[in-house]
This record gives sequence, C-alpha cells and structure tokens, in this order.
Amino acid sequence: MSMIFGVPLAVLWGQLLIGIINGAFYALLSLGLAVIFGLLKIINFAHGAMYMLGAMCTVLLFDYLGINYWVALFLAPVLVGLVGVVIEYFLLRRIAGQDHIYSLLLTFGVALMLQGVLTNFFGVSGLRYSMPDTFQGGMNLGFMFLPYYRAWVIVVALLVCFGTWFMIEKTKLGSYLRAGTEDAQLMQGFGINVPLLVSLTYGFGVMLAAFAGVLAAPIYSVTPVMGSHILIVVFAVVVIGGMGSIGGAIITGVLMGVVEGLTKTFYPPASSAVIFLVMVVVLLIRPTGLFGKEA
Amino acid sequence: MTQPVNQAEIHQAILEQQKADDRKRLMANGVLLLLLLVAPFLMYPVFLMKILCFALFAVAFNLLFGFTGLLSFGHAAFLAAGGYTTGYLLSNMPGLTTEVGILAGTLVATLLGLAFALISIRRQGIYFAMVTLALAQLVFFFFVQSEFTGGEDGMHGIPRGELFGLISLDNNLNMYYFVLTVFIACYFLVQRVVGSPFGQVLKAIKQNEPRAVSLGYKVDRYKVLAFVISAALAGLAGSMKSVVFQLASLNDAHWHMSGEVILMTLVGGMGTLLGPVVGATFVVNVEYQLSQGPLRDWVDPILGGVFVLTVLAFRSGIVGEIQKFMKKNLG
Repeated sequence: MSMIFGVPLAVLWGQLLIGIINGAFYALLSLGLAVIFGLLKIINFAHGAMYMLGAMCTVLLFDYLGINYWVALFLAPVLVGLVGVVIEYFLLRRIAGQDHIYSLLLTFGVALMLQGVLTNFFGVSGLRYSMPDTFQGGMNLGFMFLPYYRAWVIVVALLVCFGTWFMIEKTKLGSYLRAGTEDAQLMQGFGINVPLLVSLTYGFGVMLAAFAGVLAAPIYSVTPVMGSHILIVVFAVVVIGGMGSIGGAIITGVLMGVVEGLTKTFYPPASSAVIFLVMVVVLLIRPTGLFGKEA
Repeated sequence: MTQPVNQAEIHQAILEQQKADDRKRLMANGVLLLLLLVAPFLMYPVFLMKILCFALFAVAFNLLFGFTGLLSFGHAAFLAAGGYTTGYLLSNMPGLTTEVGILAGTLVATLLGLAFALISIRRQGIYFAMVTLALAQLVFFFFVQSEFTGGEDGMHGIPRGELFGLISLDNNLNMYYFVLTVFIACYFLVQRVVGSPFGQVLKAIKQNEPRAVSLGYKVDRYKVLAFVISAALAGLAGSMKSVVFQLASLNDAHWHMSGEVILMTLVGGMGTLLGPVVGATFVVNVEYQLSQGPLRDWVDPILGGVFVLTVLAFRSGIVGEIQKFMKKNLG
C-alpha cells in the first residue's frame, strides 16, 4: 500500500473525506450565522440548538409519525424555522436596539432551555436514526471507498450554500437584505416591511442550521447536546473567516474541515484543538479574519 | 432661565452628598461584615464557602464585563487553571503550605489571562466574546487530554493542608475565615480599582471607546490590564474552591461555567460592586434548592429561563433595580 509521510494513502483520503463532510457542516452553520448577523447584527448563540432541533426533529418525525428522510429534509427545517420566527417575534424583537451583547445572552439562555428540556426527555446517550435505503453502500473510486450518503451530504450542502449565496448576492430579495444591513430605517421609508424581513431572515438562518441537522442525523449521534460543541467550533470558523462575506464563510468552513481531517491523520491528539489554534494564528497575523473587512 | 448659582455652593453640596453616600455604604458594609462573621454558626460553612468562591469569581468577571464592557465567554478557563494548579501542587508536594499552592494557582491563571487578553483584544464586541469562548474551549481540551488533571475523573482528595504551616484548614471554621478574609481583601481591591483613575478610564472605554482613544489613552493596555486582573482573581477563586472542596474537575473548565458566571453577574447587577455577590448567592442557592427537590433535573432549563427573563425584563439586575428604585423614590 502506498504511504505518504508514514500514513497509508487510503487512510489519508478517508480522513480528507470526513474533513470535507465536517467542513460542509461548518459551512452551512457559519453561513446561517452570517446571514442572521448581516441583518440583525446579532450572534445567534442558539444556532447549535437549532441544528440539534433539526436532527432531533428528523428522528422523532420518523419514530412517531413514520415520516421518512426525504420529507423530513423539507419538513424539519420548516418546523424549526417556525420556532426561530417565534423566538425572533416574541423575544429578540423586544431587545432590538439594545447592546448586541444582550441578544447574544438571550439566545444563550434559549439554547440552555432547549438543550436542558430535551435532555430530560431523551437523555444524552444518543438516538438512533437509520440511513435511508437509497444510500446504503457506496462506490469504489479506485483510490478510496466513497459511501453514497457522504457524497450526497457534500453535494447537497454545497448546493444549498451556493443557492444561498446566489439568493443574497444576485436576486431582488437579496438586495433588500443587503440594503437592510446598510440602513433599515431608510428601507422602511421606501415601503418595505423591515420587521417582517427581519423575522424571515432569522427564520431562514435557523432553517439552514436545521437543514444541517437533518443531514447530520444518519451519520452523527443525535443527542440534545450535539449542538453545543459544534457551535463553538463554528464560532472559531466565523472568527477565522470574518462574517463580512457570505462566500468567505462557505470557503472557510470547508477549509477548516479539511484542516481538521488532515490533523486527525497526522497528529490525532491535536485534532479537536487545531481549528482553535488556527484561529489564534489568524488573529495574530490578520485580526480582521481571512475575508473580513470590518475592524 | 437658569438661576445664577454659586460654583462653590454646588461643589460643597456635591461633597456633602458624597460624604453621606460614603457613610451609608460604610454602614451597609459593616452590617454585611457582621453577618458574614457569624454566618458559619448559623449555616453549613462549606456551603457558605461555595457562595464566597463563586462570589469572588463573579466579582472578578464583573470587573471586565460590568466596568470595562468586555464580555468574556471564557472565564471558566481561569477558574479551572487556578483550581487544577493548586490541586496538583498540594497533592504532589507534601511540604507545600496551602497559601503557596493558592498563590501558584493564581499566578498560572494570571499568565493564562495575559495570553487570552493579548489575543482576544484584537477583536471587538461580540467577536471578542467568540474568541474568548474558543480559547477557553482550547484550554478545556488541554485539560481533558492532560495526565495531571485526571481527565474525565478529575482530581480528588486534594489535601487542605495548613495555612502558613500553622493553622489546620481541615477545620471548616478555620477554612471559612481564611476564605472570607481573602474574599473581603479582593472585594476591596476591586472597589479600589474601580474607584481609581485607572477604573475611570475603564468606564470611559466602556461608554465610548473611540472617544477614549481620541483623548490619547492607550486603550489596549487598559483592556489587557483589566483582563489580567480579572483573570487573576478568577484563578484565585478557582484555587480556593479546589482547596475547600478538595477536588477539581472538568466542570470548572466547561463553557457552561463561563455562562454561569455571566448569569450570576447579570442577575445580581452588572457594573455594580455588590451585584455579582448577590447574583452568586442567588444562583448558588437556586441551584442547591432545585437539586434537593422534585425539579432536580430541571436546573439547566430553569437557569436558561432566568437568563432570558433577566435580559428581557430587568437588565440592571437585582442590585441595579434596587438602586434605581431608591433613586426614584427616596431622592
């Protein structure tokens, strides 16, 4: 078997694949954060909890209502998105205009509540969700074995990322969003319903997180606490990439997944820490982040 | 039309108001001190010490959050760094007296705080919070994987030892008065810091950083120093906690703990001196009462609810709201 730096090539490819998949999740999540941050100027600390809700929702829809993966792929994000709209309407809206730190703390409280309540009902040991039959097995690429589901995750996650980027940068709706970031009051003056736009934006950002949750359900262990760790990693990704650009959030997400995968191959003990170390280095060399514009 | 007024008279009035305020504060502090001195005869001393350690932790955090306007989401790292260092030294170096162990723990937390500060002040606002959270997670992983911390099991049976090699701290009363002394000293230290010209600059940074910069203050240096003092006191709290409970565990390093200290400060009243103390007392008591009753599994969601409620309804916290009420009704 061919080796590279003392590591079998197959292992390297395998870890690289896992890295790209993790990266796809980081990209989806940091994209959602960036969308919400763009218009609402808040860091959604409940983003990890929304990702978790998406995954839990998928499992519960199947267990109790027999709803399959394909329906859940649409239904779960919509349901969780509605939860998001409710949170925005009843909680976040009340502290709009206050220091942004308060919205961070508010969403942190919401995350604690969601995570705590679900832990009481389902424990932390993890629910089982079986892979849809369509995705059983995989294909041999010659240099490595690629399970179908993993290929699907990468493709669909990147498609959604690209779609979001396209919508925000190239469509009319996106131009409203970007205008709202610049000057919400003026937008209101032009007759655009800004509060509605804000609710929908929050709901959409949350939907992206929930969508990532559905994708995660068949391959990661689904627990009420699954969102909290990945959220901290995604925060680091966001700091590395800067939230100035949507494209930047996507690229940084995938890149960091790959970096993590490579570290797992060559020096496993550092794999859970490497993204944070990259963050430190980036902060020291380029404090605004790789794609950031703001100070 | 404003009435012509004598500058000297106004000055005199302000001075007298200040004197009256000082007297009131002195009396309040005196009553509190008396209560704290007799408390161990009325309540379980270990529980009181737990409150004091968390109160110190919250006071330290508040110096940064309440007075400088920097939200650190990584203060658990300092609590744990202090606790683990002290625990390790006291467990493995039999000749070491307790106060040296605690000082060493504080020192390690201080240095860690310096490193955190130098990295995190490069970003502002919510980014600052995210960076500190990520750095604390890095420290958490270090503690998980290190041999000396005992990993998931934590450190147990840390000897309390003897203070200055003379006073046995195995006696809960001795331990209590030691913790109380340290707490009071730190409380007054923070009071001095906040009242000093240095503290005034911190407040200026909180209110309007660009203006502080334009006035010629080297804002970054002030921020770093505030961060380091805060980290040192948080480390001291952690060191004492590990001696009191004779254990140090990963719980102290978890992001959950960073959230808890924010909650304590917020509930008590950020930016007030007494607020974090009240908040810590409140949170520790609520946790204890809940853990005894039928709601013992609901501690987390309830604390989350308190968080949401505080942010929505009373951002000034218990002490802040009382101050507002007094100002409104009692002049």
